[in-house]
Amino acid sequence: MSIPKFRFTFWKAIFAVIMVAGIYGTYIRFFRGLGASTNLSDQFPWGLWIGFDVMCGVMLAAGGFTLTALVEIFNIERLHSIVRPTILTAFLGYLLVCAALMYDLGLPWNIWHPLIMRNPHSVMFEVAYCVMLYTTVLALEFSPIVLEHFNLQKPLQIVRRLMIVLVIFGVLLSTLHQSSLGTLYLIMPNKLHPFWYSPLLPVFFFLSAIAVGLAMTIFESSMSSRYFGRELEVPILRDLGRGLVVVLALYGILKFEDLLHRGVLKQVLVPGYEQRFFLVEIVLSVLAPLALLMVPRVRDSAQGLYLAAVLTLLGFVTNRLNVTITGVENAVGARYAPKWTEVVITGMFVALGFAFFGLVAKYLPIFPESKVPLPGLGRVETRELAVPANVGD
Amino acid sequence: MSKGLLYDATMCIGCKQCEQACATENGLPYDDSVASQEFTSAHKYTAVLNRQDKFMRKLCMHCEDPACASVCPVGALKKTSLGPVTYDKSRCMGCRYCMAACPFGVPKYEWERAIPGVRKCILCANRVARGGQTACAEICPTGATKFGDRDELLEEARKRIHDHPGAYFAHIFGETEVGGTSVLLLSSVGFGAFGFRNDLTERALPRYTYQVLSRIPDFVPLFGTLLGGVYWITHRRQEVAAAEAEEENEKGDAR
Repeated sequence: MSIPKFRFTFWKAIFAVIMVAGIYGTYIRFFRGLGASTNLSDQFPWGLWIGFDVMCGVMLAAGGFTLTALVEIFNIERLHSIVRPTILTAFLGYLLVCAALMYDLGLPWNIWHPLIMRNPHSVMFEVAYCVMLYTTVLALEFSPIVLEHFNLQKPLQIVRRLMIVLVIFGVLLSTLHQSSLGTLYLIMPNKLHPFWYSPLLPVFFFLSAIAVGLAMTIFESSMSSRYFGRELEVPILRDLGRGLVVVLALYGILKFEDLLHRGVLKQVLVPGYEQRFFLVEIVLSVLAPLALLMVPRVRDSAQGLYLAAVLTLLGFVTNRLNVTITGVENAVGARYAPKWTEVVITGMFVALGFAFFGLVAKYLPIFPESKVPLPGLGRVETRELAVPANVGD
Repeated sequence: MSKGLLYDATMCIGCKQCEQACATENGLPYDDSVASQEFTSAHKYTAVLNRQDKFMRKLCMHCEDPACASVCPVGALKKTSLGPVTYDKSRCMGCRYCMAACPFGVPKYEWERAIPGVRKCILCANRVARGGQTACAEICPTGATKFGDRDELLEEARKRIHDHPGAYFAHIFGETEVGGTSVLLLSSVGFGAFGFRNDLTERALPRYTYQVLSRIPDFVPLFGTLLGGVYWITHRRQEVAAAEAEEENEKGDAR
């Protein structure tokens, strides 16, 4: 492998600026404390780092369990070729969530405490365990890619034997903690605005994680095809788009029924602070993508699918931020907007996510060779190294 | 027997000696500027509010089934059998779920410190464990803050309202709020005047999450079996095909 020449491109310049700001923010966070680096307060103990980095981070990494379930458990073979990049996205996502959590925790060096100091009545305890175990599972699901690269046959065979057990365990863990991120808020019936507080919060979080898992896979495949010059497998994305329609419709109907039965539906039409954010969320996450994907012409085009996926992602990011920030502002009597340090550190993690994906995709066999039988998680086969187009060229 | 406090605002003269005694007990700074702060913070665990010469104390309510202790992943916050809800910083990892979950906004954070912790009234747990009473109750010159068994304090509160119906707003705050609290409040005016919510549920908050969490041990084997079953069925065809291919091969070898 020849070392590619380093060229300074527009995106690399942006990346460098974000990293410098992020590293400076990191210095402020760890040497001057949470007070100096955030707009958090006694009224508002959770802000952007919980609302976006953790809540959205975990949600955006849901493609890993969604796709492995579809391919390995439901045996939908034609989706095989996109499993590896999806697992990579999920693995990077969880690593970044863990790293971001170290910034938000007041005493990050105690992060291992839940291992030995257990409180099974705490949702946070359950989430901590699931995230820890699932990150391990993702590392193992990702390991064949590395083992293949270095041609380590013995461990490769062991991992492949274990793969279906790992996949089932991973789906189980994901189901638990994706929904539990919603359960976290069940203890705040008097705090969270009725638009979002519902006994069905765990169900909504789980369903939206599946929707986002599918949307993220469409998004990431489209981006890969653009930046690695790969052929876009539109038929595969179309299947994902169909799945997305079903999940979004289920979510939308359940949301409607939930609002109806809790007597909140009328409030949706009454202008107000929460109402504006709620409408933006519902239009972006459910109505607009559903309207787009119902049109066969849109569903059959790469651009149409990409647009619907991006809208879905933005919609559910809005949802998570509404639950963590908008929905509690009135009850605690304070408004919250992140400080610049919070924003640049979050920006740094997003940038790192893209950069790591690019690097791994460049040096490890993430994408299958087109037309060659698709390499699966659980299949033993010899394969050539993928030779992706050079990043940034 | 679970201990508690009864604060009767009609007997309070707003002298703030409870604030000062609390600061001394917990080693917190106290001067005129701290005294003028009518809110609790990381360096002030109790505050006496003055609303047009109606007084009210703010402090940790020490819920019977506290949300903060229930949500704490590492058990740093605990409800002791004697009544106080205590905090152990050596266990804490600083997730601040307790602050998000508390229905009264009680736990405060040391935002400015490099090694921050949660700060709140712990109902003088050390004194109470030795059979004593809280510093605030001990110093109170009028008996407005009274320490005792919660059951007896509750009886007394009911009796006071019954005997002097005109003097009290007919509600004991803390009797049923979020499942009941160890600190009970009496007032001559509605509690909304002091920023207390009047829409608090009577159900203990931890039940909202535990009714979901408690299902997990049953859910795991069921859902795991379902996933395994789906895998077994969806891969059956391939197994059959593989077995047939192998049979063919064996026949070929035998020949």
